[in-house]
Amino acid sequence: MDLVYWILIIFGVIVLYIIVAYNSLIVLRTRINNAWSQIDVQLKRRYDLIPNLIKTVQGYVKHEKTVLTEVTKARANLMSGNMNQKAKASDQLTNALKSLFAVAENYPQLKANENFKMLQEELSGTESKIAYSRQFYNDSVMSFNIKIQRFPASIIANAFRFTKREFFKAEGKEKENIKVEF
Amino acid sequence: MYSQISKNKWNSLFLFILFFILIGAVAYVINLLFFQGYLFIIVAAIIAIIFSLISYYSGDKIVLSMVKAREANKKDYAHLINSVEGLSIAAGIPSPKVYVIPGMQINAFACGVSPKKASVAFTEGSLQKLNRQELEGVIAHELSHIKNYDIRVMVLASVLVGIIVFASEIMLRSFIFGGVRSNENKGGSAQIILIAVGVVLLILAPIVAQIIKFAISRKREYLADASGALLTRYPKGLADALRKIKADHEELRTASNATAHMFISNPFKKKQWLASMFASHPDINDRIQKLDSM
Repeated sequence: MDLVYWILIIFGVIVLYIIVAYNSLIVLRTRINNAWSQIDVQLKRRYDLIPNLIKTVQGYVKHEKTVLTEVTKARANLMSGNMNQKAKASDQLTNALKSLFAVAENYPQLKANENFKMLQEELSGTESKIAYSRQFYNDSVMSFNIKIQRFPASIIANAFRFTKREFFKAEGKEKENIKVEF
Repeated sequence: MYSQISKNKWNSLFLFILFFILIGAVAYVINLLFFQGYLFIIVAAIIAIIFSLISYYSGDKIVLSMVKAREANKKDYAHLINSVEGLSIAAGIPSPKVYVIPGMQINAFACGVSPKKASVAFTEGSLQKLNRQELEGVIAHELSHIKNYDIRVMVLASVLVGIIVFASEIMLRSFIFGGVRSNENKGGSAQIILIAVGVVLLILAPIVAQIIKFAISRKREYLADASGALLTRYPKGLADALRKIKADHEELRTASNATAHMFISNPFKKKQWLASMFASHPDINDRIQKLDSM
């Protein structure tokens, strides 16, 4: 009688643990998917802003065709392909925009254009949002990957086929994580 | 991080309970001295419940109106709003409402009851005097307060404790002025009640101050500095902002004892007796040093 009692308790604890561990894995995985859609939202935002920018800039910088085509080309790659391709296209676009804004420095009239100023602020805001959503995505992926490899959660992760997720990165340098100590 | 969140939720509950006990104690004493039956206790309980509900559901708005903050519009504050939105994404929380406080002192605070219902407020001075990295450091610090549920404790402390401090001040004033008059009129029972309440609250006031200190432990400022630095990946930004805050001698007129602890750094630049009693901020040099060593 006593033994049965103990076996039941141990069994109950194990079941409880499986439920808790499974749920926390689900939460982490949902967070990753959420983070991914955040990146997509920001990429789309940038994708939508660029035609406006081109339209505004075109009138002023007639002789700088290459810079504009660079931007248009990079934009076209942005919304297709897998994660790595998107990351690469996004970095490309960042560089293309950088040179476009550098060129704009030579055109005082363009720089004074209200519309241009607004677009510049919007685009740089969107760009940092992309960087931050990327950071959040990679942080989420990291905590998920650590969790599914660690014993004993790894057993549950294997049983329910939770697999490691990929980081969002192109060859470019990421902002390095900092060490926090108290 | 998650233990910090649950700790803050418990502290909020604890503040509520303490508030009820304090009100209950005062009501009980008054009842014992001047009334028969339970009428006064019931009235006090109803008042306490109403105040608690108000402080929970619109404490953030009360605090924001106390410092005369107004909502930032997308046109004039595009840069600020963009930065807040970006860092909210990094923190994984919904973007809070953004407010601007008039005044040239560099300061900021966050308030609300949960990440879904939160606001951040920045002084005009902080927008003009801080550069992009420094401002982002300050924003990240405030967003960390939101993420950790520090804001819930802070707002509750502000409003609930503010009510008690405010009431004790009123009672004391009427005690001092009323005391003079009562010598001529031989006093009325209403005045005796005020005196009694004043005395009780006078005893309670230092206890209340201790509670604020308890609820707003200085540790949470260090924690918000650290997790803010994790968001921007650039501790130097916040460190530089704190250096500018240290060198800043502007006064913030809209800040009061009830709201002082919410700000990123103490809004009272001149040393005050009450301010040091309520001191909720760790030494700014210490914070800068910790950020520099990250």
